[in-house]
Amino acid sequence: MPYLIHGETGDWEVVIGLEVHAQIVSEAKLFSGAATEFGAEPNTQVSLVDAAMPGMLPVINGYCVEQAVRTGLGLKAHVNRHSVFERKNYFYADLPQGYQISQYQQPLVGEGTVVLDLPDGSSREVGIERLHMEQDAGKSLHDRDPGRTFIDLNRSGIALMEIVSKPDLRSPEEAGLYLRKLRSIMRYLGTCDGNMEQGSMRCDVNVSVRKVGETDLRTRTETKNVNSVRFVMQAIAHEAERQVAVYESGGTVEQETRLFDPDRGETRAMRAKEFAHDYRYFPDPDLLPLDLAEDYIARIRAALPELPDEKKQRFMTEFGLSAYDAGVLVAERETADFYEAVARGRDAKAAANWVISNLFGALNRKGLGIAESPVSAENLGRLLDLIAADTISGRIAKEVFEVMVETGGEPGSIVEEKGLRQITDSAEIEAAVGKVIAENPDQVARFRGGNEKIAGWFVGQVMKATGGKANPKLVGELLKEKLRN
Amino acid sequence: MALDKATVKAIAFLARIKVPEEDLEHLAGEMSNILGWVEQLGEVDTSGVEPMTGGAETTLPQREDSVTDGDARDQVLANAPEPEDGFYAVPKVLE
Repeated sequence: MPYLIHGETGDWEVVIGLEVHAQIVSEAKLFSGAATEFGAEPNTQVSLVDAAMPGMLPVINGYCVEQAVRTGLGLKAHVNRHSVFERKNYFYADLPQGYQISQYQQPLVGEGTVVLDLPDGSSREVGIERLHMEQDAGKSLHDRDPGRTFIDLNRSGIALMEIVSKPDLRSPEEAGLYLRKLRSIMRYLGTCDGNMEQGSMRCDVNVSVRKVGETDLRTRTETKNVNSVRFVMQAIAHEAERQVAVYESGGTVEQETRLFDPDRGETRAMRAKEFAHDYRYFPDPDLLPLDLAEDYIARIRAALPELPDEKKQRFMTEFGLSAYDAGVLVAERETADFYEAVARGRDAKAAANWVISNLFGALNRKGLGIAESPVSAENLGRLLDLIAADTISGRIAKEVFEVMVETGGEPGSIVEEKGLRQITDSAEIEAAVGKVIAENPDQVARFRGGNEKIAGWFVGQVMKATGGKANPKLVGELLKEKLRN
Repeated sequence: MALDKATVKAIAFLARIKVPEEDLEHLAGEMSNILGWVEQLGEVDTSGVEPMTGGAETTLPQREDSVTDGDARDQVLANAPEPEDGFYAVPKVLE
């Protein structure tokens, strides 16, 4: 279903491109030896390079380059062996150099692809325009003092990847899927933790609209620094509606930078627009071009982990999972690893059901992530083994599972402690069946009179009499036999 | 290339340098002269030469990813006029 805005003059489609700023996972900053850890006391992770003291020179962190190359390869993109750092000049209180070291005309990574997994199980490719490396700026705090802005430079100089998509996205939902997929890929690669609340992944949203059937792009606006997937989706929906309203009332959309107001769920123009930005890029004379050897790139490529798309494919072929289930399980690497540990050597579809329905349900209820799961993969696997060995029924397994969620216990010992072991001794079940039949002559008469539906009631009575522990299959067989005679 | 007054004014704004109106004419002349001088390089025949940003035959030196610097708040804030609670404090910046 295409996402269209039904205006008074016809249907409009939305054209979206995203610029994602992703903080590179590294110990030290891009051009200095200061730490990158989030949440430190203000200005305690600032070298004189990051504070832009005169005479300080940047020296690039080789690991950050490696991480950016790794990300480029993970996006199936072309890695440029020759790239150049340039200065992007602008004035802001949290940018002590007066310029950001970035890449412009010759970025590290060129065109690539991200595959979106759509809810109906199909997929769609979104183009990556480029990925370049740059420095993060410091952080401005506007709300600590009525008359002043406070500046913390701990973030100043942390390595960023700016990942620019092509204008291939057509709805807020697609933009959300794209962000989640990009985050998933980077988390698999270990190149960005994707934490939007802590600002390690931020997003600028480019939106334009056009009449259905138009092929040229109209003027776009850029909404800056939107910091959650939900807000990105809201900002797009609001901005698209706004632009359609502008066109339909005879106006023109101005190319401008806007801000998203999460409290109102709308975008608004930034006040300072009297001067268009003029960044006056030029190659940074402090830094030589970055030249990478072919075998350096090949080594990084050879060591890439299995990525979500490949893993999803493998789960489908190796474990026979549906595209949807496989997609859910591979979204996070930890979940995929957990699932594989449960599924390996067992009924893989049953394992998927247990992880997706029961475990995810329990974790959601408790507000826990997979890493904090009280039920370990090993123990969930053992539970499946107990079912497979007919030691417990599926119904009892759910009971055992709830105990595991609460106590983190081992299923075998829970079954022993609580005496939940399934009764498979037919003599014992026969006795219970016989008793139920003897005590309920009216129901027996109704069954024998042709009301076979009542068999279910008998199963229930026997299960109740055995505390749910009787093997339901045996109960059914024995009941049939006894009721018929 | 000759710069006009408006361009000098724009450059001054981008660099956050306050230039009195009466100095603009004079500065436009001076800056045009500098540009003219540098533009003499255009007389050199560079056909067939790849654009370059330096003549050094070395590659970009790289650093290891380890924390070797940064725990120096007092030094960092030493020149700040009114630091508070470990922050720089500047006149309100609001978009």
